[in-house]
Amino acid sequence: MSLSRAKSRKRQRMYIVMAALLAVGAAAALALTAFEDSVVFFFSPTEIAEKSPIDPDQRLRVGGLVEEGSLKKLGGGETVTFIVTDMANAVTISYTGILPDLFREGQGVVAEGHMGSEGQFIASEVLAKHDENYMPPEVADSLKKSGYWEEIEARNAEQMRN
Amino acid sequence: MHRFAKPSVFLKLTGAMMPWVVALTVILTAAGLYLALIGSPVDYQQGNTVRIMYIHVPAAWMGLFCYVGMALCGAMSLIWKHPLADICARATAPVGATFTALTLITGSLWGEPMWGTWWVWDARLTSMLILLFLYLGYIALVNAFDDPERGSKAGSALALVGAINVPIVKFSVDWWNTLHQPASVARMGGPTIDPSMLAPLLIMAFAFTGYYFIVLVLRVRLELNQRRIRALQLSGLFDERPVASGDHDELAYDQGHNAGASK
Repeated sequence: MSLSRAKSRKRQRMYIVMAALLAVGAAAALALTAFEDSVVFFFSPTEIAEKSPIDPDQRLRVGGLVEEGSLKKLGGGETVTFIVTDMANAVTISYTGILPDLFREGQGVVAEGHMGSEGQFIASEVLAKHDENYMPPEVADSLKKSGYWEEIEARNAEQMRN
Repeated sequence: MHRFAKPSVFLKLTGAMMPWVVALTVILTAAGLYLALIGSPVDYQQGNTVRIMYIHVPAAWMGLFCYVGMALCGAMSLIWKHPLADICARATAPVGATFTALTLITGSLWGEPMWGTWWVWDARLTSMLILLFLYLGYIALVNAFDDPERGSKAGSALALVGAINVPIVKFSVDWWNTLHQPASVARMGGPTIDPSMLAPLLIMAFAFTGYYFIVLVLRVRLELNQRRIRALQLSGLFDERPVASGDHDELAYDQGHNAGASK
């Protein structure tokens, strides 16, 4: 008799633990959904287009792939402009400073700054966003030759839209 | 399961496994380090910096793995009052905290040259920092009470509530835009990491797992021995005569261990 009581107490404790976990999980899910805009690290060009016009005083981050052939050096070469795209929309970014080593056309970047006039984004910091692909240089070369590379870039752009 | 939760059984079982696990872990660590540092190709973009990944990624996996283990042990200790589960949870916490700290440090060292920053507050990095704080909070909490049983109860509750953070860490890169890359290995559609780099990574992951197992067993053994000494002191055995037989030895482990467990 006393043994079964101990058993039922254990079962009770198990239910309490499971119920508590469910409640905490639900609370976390609600909180994270409610604050989604502050949890995301950057906005894609599409989200920027949806949100515009954006207050020029508001600091935000834009992320996307650097469009091939869009990198231009202005003046003495200190200031650069480039286009960041998610293959649906694009934002032109101007930045004065040193670009990270991984900054390359066709690669992901995240720029922090504010909207300027004429829809240009003035960045005060540019970070390179490394993608999930790891391979030796030879493999990268052969992928580029075989045309499989576009597939990887399309997937990266997809992720930027998220 | 209850049969294996007896300390004497645990000691016998792990004692038999230990030499093999130690040998295997040494071999895996040596092979993994060689492949990771010398015997694997450079990355097409990162160059040699990619080698940080062979420490960073297994450490991150272990940080999460240890937390899951700690939370499960916490649940067992809350529900079934298994003292061994409680000991395992307490023994896991500092190891998991170290793995998590190692993840944050190596990630930071990689981030500076690659991203251009040591740290950002994106969802993955922030949730990983929270994981470290959960470990530290657990360690502080279980040691904050004079009565170890109350400490265990509070700690187990914290470990369980904090388990919500584990899926958040894992899926943060899919749910939100982050600077951190999405998963390369455990993802739909297979790994996006070249086999020549995946092999050393997995070997390092197994080596880290072996290391965790070894440290866990050593720490649990230490705790069991300390409890046994306490039980023997309480029974007054030290005052009178030395312990006679091996049989008696084993009994003392379980007696001292189960002193508070029969409730």
